[in-house]
Amino acid sequence: MSNLNKSLKLNPRLFAADIEQLPTRFGYGEGLVIAGREDPNIVALCADLTDSTKTSAFKKEFPDRFVEVGIGEQNMASLASGLAAIGKIPFISSYAMFSPGRNWEQVRTTICYNNQNVKIAGAHSGVSVGPDGATHQAIEDMAITRVIPNLVVIAPCDAIEAKKATIAAAKYKGPVYIRFTREKTPVMTTEETPFEIGKAEICREGGDVSIIACGPLLYEALKAAEELSKEGIEAEVINNHTIKPLDTQAILKSIKKTGCVVTIEEHQAAGGMGSAISEFLSQNHAAPMEIIGINDRFGESGEPNELLKVFNLTSENIIDRAKKAIKRK
Amino acid sequence: MHLDDEKIKSLEGIANNIRQNIITMLLEAKSGHSAGPLGMADVFTILYHTDAIKHDPKNPEWEERDRIILSNGHICPVLYAAMASAGYFPIEELKSLRKFGARLQGHPHRLVLSGLETSSGPLGSGLSQAAGMAYGLRMDKKKNQVVCLMGDGELDCGQIWEAAMWAGKNKLDNLTAIIDRNNIQIDGFTEDIMPLEPLDEKFISFGWHVIEINGNDICAVYDALQQARAVFEKPVCIIAYTIPGKGVDFMENDFNWHGKPPNGEEGKEALKQLRTLGGKIESEAQ
Repeated sequence: MSNLNKSLKLNPRLFAADIEQLPTRFGYGEGLVIAGREDPNIVALCADLTDSTKTSAFKKEFPDRFVEVGIGEQNMASLASGLAAIGKIPFISSYAMFSPGRNWEQVRTTICYNNQNVKIAGAHSGVSVGPDGATHQAIEDMAITRVIPNLVVIAPCDAIEAKKATIAAAKYKGPVYIRFTREKTPVMTTEETPFEIGKAEICREGGDVSIIACGPLLYEALKAAEELSKEGIEAEVINNHTIKPLDTQAILKSIKKTGCVVTIEEHQAAGGMGSAISEFLSQNHAAPMEIIGINDRFGESGEPNELLKVFNLTSENIIDRAKKAIKRK
Repeated sequence: MHLDDEKIKSLEGIANNIRQNIITMLLEAKSGHSAGPLGMADVFTILYHTDAIKHDPKNPEWEERDRIILSNGHICPVLYAAMASAGYFPIEELKSLRKFGARLQGHPHRLVLSGLETSSGPLGSGLSQAAGMAYGLRMDKKKNQVVCLMGDGELDCGQIWEAAMWAGKNKLDNLTAIIDRNNIQIDGFTEDIMPLEPLDEKFISFGWHVIEINGNDICAVYDALQQARAVFEKPVCIIAYTIPGKGVDFMENDFNWHGKPPNGEEGKEALKQLRTLGGKIESEAQ
């Protein structure tokens, strides 16, 4: 634990067997209410998934600022663009597969090309959605959003960070996409942990390999680093919650120090966070790189932890790939 | 208020001018759509040159303005020509249509040309945006009207019906949709591509008030917009029957003119027809 970055004030019970667990979408629900209290222009739209996207708390406190759209995600995105044109700050919520999945063109043209101040909350990202199966597991959402100009893309690591990201998105002027997950995951950060859009945080310092994660898989990265440390390998672990704009300065600084990098995300390996980092490094500071993600497959039904193992989104795989990256230096 | 004879004559002159400018722009651009813009010149004349819609070319951001949303962005030559003649930007700028660096993008872009409420082109999303604006204005207890212009071809898009359902549910009486019912789309006649009739009944069943008019009759367009303001508890759909290519005989009612510009010779002939009012007057000089 000695290499953990103390200034981040991470959860002191980070590696306790019974670390508190919460779904990141809970943080969204809470953050939306807090943002709503601070700014009367915030309105929430939902496409018939109010409870599971946790928009329900906002609906309860601000019934006049809650808009039920029904199962029409394309309409929802463009309605939000129109509301933003009048000065509202709309948050649109659904499963990521449908928003920004099904309504991608409306997000691109009516929200982002217009540069309207709309926030897109995509719940149920990743294979850890579990039993619902591939149809509802969004593992392409970061790829399709990060290629849209003006759009900020955030993948919070836990419920507390999700809350902060939601509040920060409300204050940020311009379109933002935030992805959330369905299942309970370890709460790694605390209320005191800093969060700023576009600023990656070094959770653990090390000089042998950089491990860059986004979303709840940051926990696997931290566990892997502890294990590697026992073998004398010191990994630097970065919470790269903002996929766009990428904190290229922090990434470059770390990789100049460590000389190699492993990335992990609950997303297709193609087009996601690893891709974004690879695009940057290949043109600025090429270094051996291992990208852990889902390799051109659809998800399937199963228990969340079972699926994470099947898809090799585990600390064990991070350890193997870190060693591989170090060998390739 | 009704339009008096003098005003009608003046508006018909403006509409004719807008049509001539459309032809000139398309000739210069060498690409773009002909039929839709010509057919909608009368509607746009009413929108930008009468008191039917509150707007101020010198102050495009005026808070009390009504909102005009063009959903079928491809007919933007008529929007640009109407905006220029109303004073939003110099007439001369019309010649920059579709050129690199121009404010007059091939499909409208809100962020480069002030006076536009949205960027549009991909069909089917304008009505949702207009409904969102109408809802937002009502939340703020504002009285501004929102007018959404749509093509009939884009009614094939499912999103239109999502928006129609939602606007009906929310009784958005500050929202007026004007459908350019010209019966053509790129691949052919709308009723061959994807039948829309009975169009009036579709909107009525979605909770809308429907007004059907001759969209090339300046008075009818004006009266319909006046009537729309008087309808409460329902959004209004004006089905404006127009002649695509109106004013140029070889373009009228021919779907082949939906998506192409005239060549040099065709353009010359088109301008001649417009300037002589289809041969009614001899001199092209006006």
